[in-house]
Amino acid sequence: MSGNILEKPQSFYSEYTRKPGADTLTTHYCPGCGHGVLHKLIAEALDDFGVREKAIFVSPVGCSVFGYYYFHTGNVQAAHGRASAVATALKRANPDSIVISYQGDGDLAGIGGNNILQAANRGENFTTFFVNNAIYGMTGGQMAPTTLIGQTTTTTPRGRTHENEGYPLRVAELLATLEAPVYLERVLIGDPKYTMKARKAVRKAIKAQIEGKGFSMVEALSACPLGWKMDPVDAKNWVQDVLVKYFPLGVTRDNISEVEGYVPGENGNGRKPLSDRELVKKIDIPSDETTTTYPLPEAEDRYKHSEIKIAGFGGQGVLSLGVGLSQMGMLQQYHVSWLPSYGPEMRGGTAHCHVKLSHNPIGAPLIEKPTILVPMNKPSLYKFEDSVVEGGDIFYNSSLIDTPPKRSDVNVYPVDATEIADGLGNTKAANMVMLGAIIAKTGLLDKEAVITEMKQIIKKEKYVELNQNAVQAGFDALQSVSG
Amino acid sequence: MSAKKSRGMIFFRVEECKGCALCVDACPVNVLELSSELNSHGYHPATYKGEGCTGCGVCYYVCPEPGGIKVYKRYDPEKHTAEVQ
Repeated sequence: MSGNILEKPQSFYSEYTRKPGADTLTTHYCPGCGHGVLHKLIAEALDDFGVREKAIFVSPVGCSVFGYYYFHTGNVQAAHGRASAVATALKRANPDSIVISYQGDGDLAGIGGNNILQAANRGENFTTFFVNNAIYGMTGGQMAPTTLIGQTTTTTPRGRTHENEGYPLRVAELLATLEAPVYLERVLIGDPKYTMKARKAVRKAIKAQIEGKGFSMVEALSACPLGWKMDPVDAKNWVQDVLVKYFPLGVTRDNISEVEGYVPGENGNGRKPLSDRELVKKIDIPSDETTTTYPLPEAEDRYKHSEIKIAGFGGQGVLSLGVGLSQMGMLQQYHVSWLPSYGPEMRGGTAHCHVKLSHNPIGAPLIEKPTILVPMNKPSLYKFEDSVVEGGDIFYNSSLIDTPPKRSDVNVYPVDATEIADGLGNTKAANMVMLGAIIAKTGLLDKEAVITEMKQIIKKEKYVELNQNAVQAGFDALQSVSG
Repeated sequence: MSAKKSRGMIFFRVEECKGCALCVDACPVNVLELSSELNSHGYHPATYKGEGCTGCGVCYYVCPEPGGIKVYKRYDPEKHTAEVQ
């Protein structure tokens, strides 16, 4: 801060109105805590560089979780350890912004260890402030990745040992093994001489971001008087007498002058964002122009609101059939929802999905009592048969289910889906055979429209015809059956 | 140590002080102390002994409360008193 007066920077709120309770003037930090000092150095730098209006402060989980009480900037509070991932997204989506990611040692070096490593390795152009006080302060003083050997915490009551807990993690050195970071320094908050060095480092790191240089991080050794059970002055001295011996101060990386900065929108840091048009082409999203809409099909009243549960093995196209139904329903003026539920397996696990097609807006996508059940294999029929509403429909895959449903109060339609699909040359089309069968009996959708629009749900052109044939075959198979 | 001349001036916001005494410890000319009074939070707030402030700003930078301390590097009572009050 230049000028004659040193006072609260403008990058802080004058009153912390977001803070609950009557006291909106002081921070929630304990007496002698290092966070307030680092906050002040950051806020002062944002003031002096004139970037407060475009600054976004990312708070972590930890004592500094309430950064948004204090910083008069944009604010996002990230999930535990994810500040660097959130900061990545913020900066990439808003390249003109100045993103400050603020993390403690548990958050950054413990829970978010991989997040910071990857963000630094990608050379994301934001600034990280890493407060290292060698302890989990917020939760009451548990061992952190940076806790010193011998240090007593609530989870290392006999002191940390390398045999039990490993060695303290030196993050500034660790990140310095990576190519991308442009500026890494470890500083100390406490004694004035060191605090003023920290001030310089804070400014240098933020400046590097403003100039588009890339990833910068300042690790600040900082006191946690309450967590360490010391009075503030002793805690401050412990930082510089003890903590610093294991965490040496200094610059571990400074490439700032060698790196060419970039101006957002001009040279783009070498990153080429895909334009929307390119993106649409790459991932094969059908474009709006080719989409025709169809009138709402005329069907029996009970199909004005259908709750369809489709279930089977992973790989049977269970989820795709749901997508197909809802996508086609959407083209035919229904309100639709699709909710998948599946295990971690791509093939062989069990999967089911919930599809609603309704003349009215849909409140929730979850289905407990389906009006239409589509079991593609035996376990699915056993699991869901009883849940179907009275008077509902069951379309079951009779190729794989040899014991028909026992319910007599529902309409039961066997569909030889897998066999029919096999006859068409690909068993994977069994789901579309089922779609044709459902249409034949319910009139939920217009079959011709479904066949015409098949390319909307089948991305690979060479499979479009197969699936069109499958729908037709399923339709034909059931149309002749009475039920 | 010459504590006679006061070039600078320091103002504390009593209700924003948690009595950590880092400023007292850091002051190079030793012109700060903890008050014997208590503030409404139950802390003994830091206070200026009344003379000798050089306006160096060290206390400002070691204070963990963003608004706890205001320092004039050069203080002219005639010019500045009004804006402080």
